[in-house]
Parts: sequence; C-alpha cells; structure tokens
Amino acid sequence: MRRWIAARLAQTLLVVFLSLTAVFAMVRLSGDPVLLFMPMDIQAKDVEEYRRRLGFNDPLVIQYARFMKNAVRGDFGESLRYRRDALGLVLERLPATLLLAGIAMLLTLTVAVPLGIFTAVRRDGALDHAGTVVTVLGQAVPGFWLGLVLIYVFAVHLRWLPTGGIGGLAHLVLPSIVLAAFYAARVARLTRSAVLETLGEDYVLTARAKGLAERRVIGKHALRNSAIPIVTLAGLEAGQLLGGAVVTETIFAWPGLGRLTVQALLNRDFPVVMAAVSFTSIAYTLMNLGVDLLYGWLDPRVRQRA
Amino acid sequence: MKKYLGLLLTLGVIAVAVAAPWLAPSDPLTTNFARGLQPPGSPGHLLGTDQLGRDLLARVLYGARLALFIGACTVVVTAVVGGLLGLVAGFVERWPSTVIMRLADVQLSFPFILLALTINAIVGLGLRNIILSLSAAGWVVYARVVRGEVLSVKQRDYVHAAAALGVGRMRLLFRHVLPNVAPSIIVVASLQFSQFVVAEAAISFLGFGVQPPTPAWGSMLSESRDFLYVAWWLGAFPGAALALTALGVNLLGDWLRDTLDPKLRV
Repeated sequence: MRRWIAARLAQTLLVVFLSLTAVFAMVRLSGDPVLLFMPMDIQAKDVEEYRRRLGFNDPLVIQYARFMKNAVRGDFGESLRYRRDALGLVLERLPATLLLAGIAMLLTLTVAVPLGIFTAVRRDGALDHAGTVVTVLGQAVPGFWLGLVLIYVFAVHLRWLPTGGIGGLAHLVLPSIVLAAFYAARVARLTRSAVLETLGEDYVLTARAKGLAERRVIGKHALRNSAIPIVTLAGLEAGQLLGGAVVTETIFAWPGLGRLTVQALLNRDFPVVMAAVSFTSIAYTLMNLGVDLLYGWLDPRVRQRA
Repeated sequence: MKKYLGLLLTLGVIAVAVAAPWLAPSDPLTTNFARGLQPPGSPGHLLGTDQLGRDLLARVLYGARLALFIGACTVVVTAVVGGLLGLVAGFVERWPSTVIMRLADVQLSFPFILLALTINAIVGLGLRNIILSLSAAGWVVYARVVRGEVLSVKQRDYVHAAAALGVGRMRLLFRHVLPNVAPSIIVVASLQFSQFVVAEAAISFLGFGVQPPTPAWGSMLSESRDFLYVAWWLGAFPGAALALTALGVNLLGDWLRDTLDPKLRV
C-alpha cells in the first residue's frame, strides 16, 4: 500500500511538472509571445520595453528555467491589466467557483445518484423511461444555451430570479443548476449502468436464491459493490466542473475562476492566463489523485494490479 | 427507438446542411437594416430576422453546415492522429508507449474545454484554427482507447499465428490489428462528434473561434444575449438546432456503442 501510494504521488508530481511545461510551451506556440501579452492598441516602444521586462529576449532555455523556478514558488508574474500578482487574483476568485461547484456537486449527489439507483432497480418502469429521456436531454442540451433559456424564463419573463452576478441565495439557483445539468445527467447514467451491472452478478443471484428480502439484496449486496465505480466515475467527472465553470460563470457574470480565465484571455492578460490554467490543471490532477487513492482504498485489487 | 431517433435527427441535420443553399430563403449575410428584429412568421422570414435584418432561417441552416464541417474535420483529424499514436503505443510499447501515454496524461490534466479555449486564444481566430485547437485537445481519447484495444488484440491467436507465419510488423499492424480495433474507433468518433460541435459553439459563444458575421450557432447565441429582452427567437432557434444536433449524434453514438462495443466507456 505504501509503495503504491508513493508511486502514485511520484507520477502526479511528474504530471504537474509536465503540465507546467505544457503551459509554457502553449504560450510560446505563436510566433511572438509579446503580442499575446500586450493589448492590441499599444505603441512599439512599449512593446520593446515589455519584451525586455518579461525577458523574451533571452534564450528559450533560460526563459523556461525562469518560468519553472517562479511557477514552483507560485509566481506567474504581475497581471498586465490589474498590475497585481496574477496568482493572487486567481486565489481571490477561487471561493466563488468552489461555492458554485460545491452546490452543483451536492445537487448531483442528492438527485442524480438516487435517480440512477432507482431507475436501475425499477428497470423499464415508467420512471426509468422518463429518467432516460431527461438524462439523454441533459447531456445533449449545451450548458450555455440552457443558461440563456433559464435566464429568459425565470429572470426576464417571470422575474423570479436575477439574471446574474453574485449576491444572495437567489443568485445561486440558476448558475448551479446549469453547471450541474450536464454532470448530473452523466452521473445518473453511469450510476444506472453500474447498478445494473452489479445486479447481474452471481452473488446477487445467490442472495436472492437464499431468500433475502429484495431490500437487503439491493441495499447490502448490490449497492455496496456498485459504490466503487460510482465513486470513481463521479470523482473523475467532477473535474469537468472546473471546465464547465468557464462557460457557466461567463453567462451569469459569476465572479469566479472560470470567468477570470475567459476575461484574461480576451484582455490578453497572459500572466493571469498562465496562473489560472496552471492552477486549474494542478487542482484537476490532485482531484484525480484523490479519486485514485480512494479507489485503491475501497478496492484492494486495484493496488495489486498496479 | 434510440437508433431511429438518432438516425432521423442526424440524417436530418446532414440533409439540411447539404441543402442549405437551396432551402435558405435568402443569403445568410445579406443585411436589411430596415427589416431588423422581425418576429418569427413575418412575411418572407419564417424564423424572423436578426438585429441587422438578416434572415434567421438562412443563418441557422448555414450554421448547420459550419457545425457539421467543423465536427467532421475535427473527428477525422483526431481519429487519424490519436488512432495512429494509440496503435504505436499499444503495438511498440517500450519508450514510444511511455512518451505517448505521458503526453496523454498531461493533456488529461486540463479540462477539455479550457484547453481547447486557451489554445484557440493563442493560435488565433477563424475556421482553420478552431479545428486545430479542438483537435489538439481531443486526440487523447482515441489514443487511450486504441492503445487499450491493441494491447488486448495483439494477444489473440490469429495475431500470433500471422506473426509466426512471418508476416511483417507493418502488415501485421495494419492488416491484422487495425481492422479489429476499428469498431472502437468508430464508436469513439461518434461519441466525440457532438462534444466537438458543442465545444466549438461554446468557444465561439465566448468570443473566440468562428467570428461574426459568419453564421455559427455559438456566435449567434452570443449576439442574442444583447436582445434577450426584445427578441427571444435570436437565441431560441440556433440553440435548439445545436441541441437537436447533439441529441441526434449522441443517440446514434449510444446505439453504435451498444451494438459494436458495449464494454467501452468514454
């Protein structure tokens, strides 16, 4: 177990290192990085000065070494727009995103997982068919369109909820539903198929054959065993909430990490882009590591295979 | 049910996209400012007009062309690139496999949409660059799935038999392994297609990707936000078209998976 954890940690460190390298490489993809870093309508003398200040005249290897050295200490430079520490801006916006993602996750766990279990147990029942329609639609309807429709119905037409921004509980309703929709639909489908799979196992047949009440067969034998794939898949999918936040936060003017990233991209504020993308990537990687460790703890077979 | 609805919607969208020049009542770019923001059902404009008086039906129809074109190009590029890398990683193992799989790990450490969006903002706007960005972010799924399949297929008896008969490595790979991996590639492609179409729309919606006045569903939805209070149809129709396309392709992909490769999880 110890060796397995150590191996996973080492692998994660390598991925984080390579991801930071990828962020550096991405920004250097286009010919002249200074043009990415500067607002469009700037004069040549400022461009020259910033080329020097940001160190773009140095050899690439030195630039890379400097980027990595600073990145490890959390220093991605100063926002070219707000003239403040780029990572500081990212961390400032983090709580808003965590709040939104947390509620989306809570909605998913309280609605999608029970729905998935119930539709699997009552396969081909009326609720199963209705559930299938809802989850298939949930996966097909793009989040940003769902957001616009909900804004139109509940904010513009009925005037029950605000169109966007951050504030009281009412401001949370629409963004968290939109962020949760795709994720919840996927988790409900995955839960359903995981439970269906366990219901077909021999030990469930045995449990039924020895005359256990259906409630115990499902509660004790089926659900416990389907918990492992559900936890894994829900955990791995949860990372996509960070991606979904990019679009959802923009629609609802929610001042979180996703909206900061989009605005930094639009404003060509690349120190902030690098800080935000690196931060998201590392958070995502650590989440995957967490899921993996949890998985290994729940299911010893995983540890032995690795 | 899945099969028929999926086929119906997908073929319908393809037909509409191909026939757009004949179905559209007018050119999608021709403005008529005096007749701006006409509601659906007004004479000559079945779905109404936008803020510049362009026919919305024409724009939605041409939007289908663009969406399917981008989706198809991206799926082909990612399937070829990701498929080849997956074949190599599974077949050669050793260091090529390690390099390719570490590269895949790095890609998977970024949420898909964030990666595609950032690459797009860096390489620049326009049709070619959006295909490039989506491909750069999307190849990894094929590589992983194909590698896994190759690892299992190459242990089968017919591959060992062919190798024992002295079949060359290249021929072994392309004649004996690839055909047996093909179903998985098809299933992944169909499931990825709608993801690419929706991602393109999302990126264009955020102000990158395909730029106005080109009729892309994403940028149309983005423009519609300014008119939410006065012209609901500007957002309703492009969005519905996008959702129906995604629904059709998803259903088709689900059905293909159930038929060809039920164990595959993407």
